[in-house]
Amino acid sequence: MAETWNPKIVGFLCNWCCYAGADMAGTSRMKYPPNIRIIRVMCSSRINAEMVIKAFQMGADAVFIGGCHPGDCHYVDGNYRTQKRIAVLRRLLEHLGIDPRRLRLEWVSAAEGEKFAQTMDEFAKEVAELGPSPLAALQREVL
Amino acid sequence: MKIGVYVCHCGVNISNTVDVQKVISEVSALPTVAVCRDYQYMCSDPGQEMIAKDIRELGLDRVVVAACSPRMHEPTFRGAVEAAGMNPYCFEMANIREQCSWVHEDKEQATRKAADLVKSSVARAALLEPLNSTEVPVTHAALVIGGGIAGIQTALDIANSGYPVYLVEKDPSIGGHMAQFDKTFPTLDCAACILTPKMVDVARHPNIELLTYSEVESIEGSVGNFHVRIRKKPRYVNVSLCTGCGSCATACRLVGRIPSEFDMGLGKRGAIYVPFPQAVPLRYTIDPEKCLMLKHGKCGTSPKCVDACDRDAIDFSMTEEILEVDVGAIVVATGYKEFDPTIKREYKYGTFKNVMTGLELERIFAPSGPTGGKALINGKVPKKIVFVSCVGSRDKRIGNPYCSRVCCMYIAKQAHLLKEKIPDADITVMYTDMRAFGKGYEEFYERVQKEGIKYRRGNAAEVYEEDGVLHVRAEDTLMGEPYELEADLVVLGTGLEPSDAADAIGHMLHLSRSADKFFLEAHPKLRPVDTVIDGVFLAGAAQGPKDIPDTVAQASGAASHVVNLLSKDVILAEPIVAEVNTDVCAGCRICEILCPYDAHAFDEERNVMTINKAICKGCGSCAAACPSGAIAMNHFRDSQIVAQILEVI
Repeated sequence: MAETWNPKIVGFLCNWCCYAGADMAGTSRMKYPPNIRIIRVMCSSRINAEMVIKAFQMGADAVFIGGCHPGDCHYVDGNYRTQKRIAVLRRLLEHLGIDPRRLRLEWVSAAEGEKFAQTMDEFAKEVAELGPSPLAALQREVL
Repeated sequence: MKIGVYVCHCGVNISNTVDVQKVISEVSALPTVAVCRDYQYMCSDPGQEMIAKDIRELGLDRVVVAACSPRMHEPTFRGAVEAAGMNPYCFEMANIREQCSWVHEDKEQATRKAADLVKSSVARAALLEPLNSTEVPVTHAALVIGGGIAGIQTALDIANSGYPVYLVEKDPSIGGHMAQFDKTFPTLDCAACILTPKMVDVARHPNIELLTYSEVESIEGSVGNFHVRIRKKPRYVNVSLCTGCGSCATACRLVGRIPSEFDMGLGKRGAIYVPFPQAVPLRYTIDPEKCLMLKHGKCGTSPKCVDACDRDAIDFSMTEEILEVDVGAIVVATGYKEFDPTIKREYKYGTFKNVMTGLELERIFAPSGPTGGKALINGKVPKKIVFVSCVGSRDKRIGNPYCSRVCCMYIAKQAHLLKEKIPDADITVMYTDMRAFGKGYEEFYERVQKEGIKYRRGNAAEVYEEDGVLHVRAEDTLMGEPYELEADLVVLGTGLEPSDAADAIGHMLHLSRSADKFFLEAHPKLRPVDTVIDGVFLAGAAQGPKDIPDTVAQASGAASHVVNLLSKDVILAEPIVAEVNTDVCAGCRICEILCPYDAHAFDEERNVMTINKAICKGCGSCAAACPSGAIAMNHFRDSQIVAQILEVI
């Protein structure tokens, strides 16, 4: 099990900045580990606690949320709402026995392909060090 | 449910890394998938036709295309499925190029990921609901921000097509940087002779409302219907009375004592001034920061300008005005600013008066400039002249890795003009790489070399002074040896940066910037004048450093996109908006505070929230926060997102 384990990361990316930044990484042919599965939303503030917890519950080892830089939100201040929600959610995850480092929020602009690729690199390594999520292990047992 | 899935090879862009057949065999096994095919180029005509044929013959009700980013071709495929009779919002795209094949090397893992992404798109597609666009009326007018050559050309083209244009310029005159130039490369046309007639056309055009000395204060609304507030700064001169005679300017107590911005501080003006003699409108403006009357409430016994003006045009009680206009489209033409070379301390700009920038030298050449067009630097004719290229361009240390595109050629032009004025001058250009890419540019560069101007490869390391003489130290990178030149004039080939106005305007319109801080176009190749914001277009150096021909071409391009939009009476508005299920809504009003657009209105009678579809922009923040799950974010419903989560894990 241990040698075949590959961290599963679910990514929620806002359409205007981070998703475009991820596209930019592709257009520039930057390489990063294939752990993330990206789900596009219009604004990072579309994501609520239930979706993140659902991802962990279903066996994700980590969740990544990407939005616009502060002040650059396409919807004025959606990213500030995301930031507040994530702060609360991190504490909730701790109660659930999930290391809050498994939930990462990052601001990536449409031009920052390099930052996106670097972040993916770092995050994949960090999650690999943390090992499989306890909920993911539980999920596998149930299945 | 009948879903058609189409996997694109994108030539070999996808199929080199992703095993397309393996993806197809996995996806075909899904119970909702009726057909799964692959093709070399799904976006091409035969690719689109393949989908249309299946919709007609197999009666597909959902289509998934696994190809490039939806930011690239979602509109293309939505159009294709709609033409074949399917609701365009029942279409879904899986991004297996930008976010898979292009960023991963391991074929097995990339194929695994691609299959996951396609399956997640299929799950989402099964839950998509047909949506219908609503028609929105279009306001038949345009706003152009910036009155340089880009804004001028855009405004004229739109106005000539018969639509009203508001042209907003922050300075007292239109003309921008081009008005500061003496001659243009490579034809050596006099800049004023080709620009000023256009400026006059703008002022005279019945369809253009020229708003100089004005700034855009706020912009609300969206494509077709923007509401703009414009702040007209007080000129303290009544423009309908002022004839531009200039008696006030000669009378001003401060005449010749204030550095002129137009002359880059080399020439002097008074507190009441026009930036340059060919200004449009030719109306005087009082500088509130400098005028004794406005600053101290006292100017000798009485303000001399008032005494000199026989039209009684001067009015110190003038205050700023706010103008509100409605437009259907906006063009951002905020231009550039010259790089500030004081950051490059090794060139001692600001320390020595005979180290100057390209734009400053431009004013020295200009017949209307501080020296009347004579090549005089601090009163002396320079004999040893050194040009330094790439100051503020191609320089990672100062954060400007990009090429400013115009400096190589303006240096060649300025070297030519100096040689013409001072035939015995010894002129050396220290260049990094010569970039003479435009029409007639290479030929001009060759001509300049034949005139005796020396080009040495390798940039200057430092400028220093010894015994009152400037020395430029450099390395000749072709010869591989360091050398030094004496100079009585050092011209810095300063690069271009986005203008200061770009910050505020970009923020108001939510425009993205590229890594070079210039505005980001919707697509670098195919949509260079569009932004990702519908109804907002780019013209000129606001989008990236450009010479005049490219600026004018882009300006006309932006104008044609505006006209294209304004020629419609109605446009279709995105139906991707939030909706309240009033049966479930508990009336807690949490969503109301979250909406950045005030699209929520509380119905006191029924104790439920309502959302105005025309105002909602579809961020979904309210849907995420609703404690009772009463708000559905169309096209991004909870169920649709959760279905994707389940498939990718």
